[in-house]
Amino acid sequence: MKVSAVITLKKDVLDPQGKVIHETLDGMGFNSVNEVRQGKYFEIEVKENDPKKAKDLVEDMCKKLLANLVIENYKIIETQ
Amino acid sequence: MKSSVITFPGSNCDRDMDVALTKFGFKNKMVWHNDQELPKSDLIVLPGGFSYGDYLRCGSMASKSKIMHSVINFAKSGGLVMGICNGFQILVESGLVPGVLLRNKYLQFICKNVHVKVDNKENTFFKNLDKKVLEFHIAHNEGNYFCTNDQLKEIEDNNQIAIYYCDQNGNTNDQINPNGSIKNIAGIFNKEKNVLGMMPHPERMIDESLSGEDGSIFFKNLLNNIK
Repeated sequence: MKVSAVITLKKDVLDPQGKVIHETLDGMGFNSVNEVRQGKYFEIEVKENDPKKAKDLVEDMCKKLLANLVIENYKIIETQ
Repeated sequence: MKSSVITFPGSNCDRDMDVALTKFGFKNKMVWHNDQELPKSDLIVLPGGFSYGDYLRCGSMASKSKIMHSVINFAKSGGLVMGICNGFQILVESGLVPGVLLRNKYLQFICKNVHVKVDNKENTFFKNLDKKVLEFHIAHNEGNYFCTNDQLKEIEDNNQIAIYYCDQNGNTNDQINPNGSIKNIAGIFNKEKNVLGMMPHPERMIDESLSGEDGSIFFKNLLNNIK
């Protein structure tokens, strides 16, 4: 089963890369952007057929390795 | 006095650290990250470099390596642990010191000499140090120290800030802050002050004719404090 997780920076954490991307978009003429925050996306194929169990497993991975909870949030976005 | 330097895949300051420790009288051993047991040591050093190519987050993979279980146990039982640069990143990722190290504020790799102010000398690392301002070298892309407001309050209440980026007279301000670190923090301790993480490299300042001598002062003092 495939589980996807998205890691995003918490609200108060400075994201210099997001800021530069925002400025570049601005320079390209995309003037309607308010803010850009860069994050990470993972697709994880687990040996598990129960969606609940697969989700729990990936959630545990997020807590222990994939995200640093001091600065990042994680979200399991889909299982298939 | 015995020390051990851990080598992770991608460490590149491990041999410099070995040279520095040996020069000032430590009997140093190199330890591979995949080992489980630490040799008997008075000091463990996590060196600088790019462990695991900085994949995912700097230091995150190395912090889960086999030897780190022993390093964490060693630190929790009061053993002295020092992490320099990538070693500092590994320490924050392993939870031995609070906070995280983000990408430098201006998105540039910084490689230059800096001055740091030593504020807290009530610990084994800086006790009896004659100088208040030291000149060290920094070389990093992710040295922008960050923590939550609650953590910062706790760190300040417990005197856990080890060194600050400053000018040569010891003044700390935004202009002198190379990477955007909160409060100009260049290095911090754990609560018990037996674990030190810092971005600057003292091991690059141990030769009068090549670099500078403030690293020599640091290592000599450290050895005397451990004896």
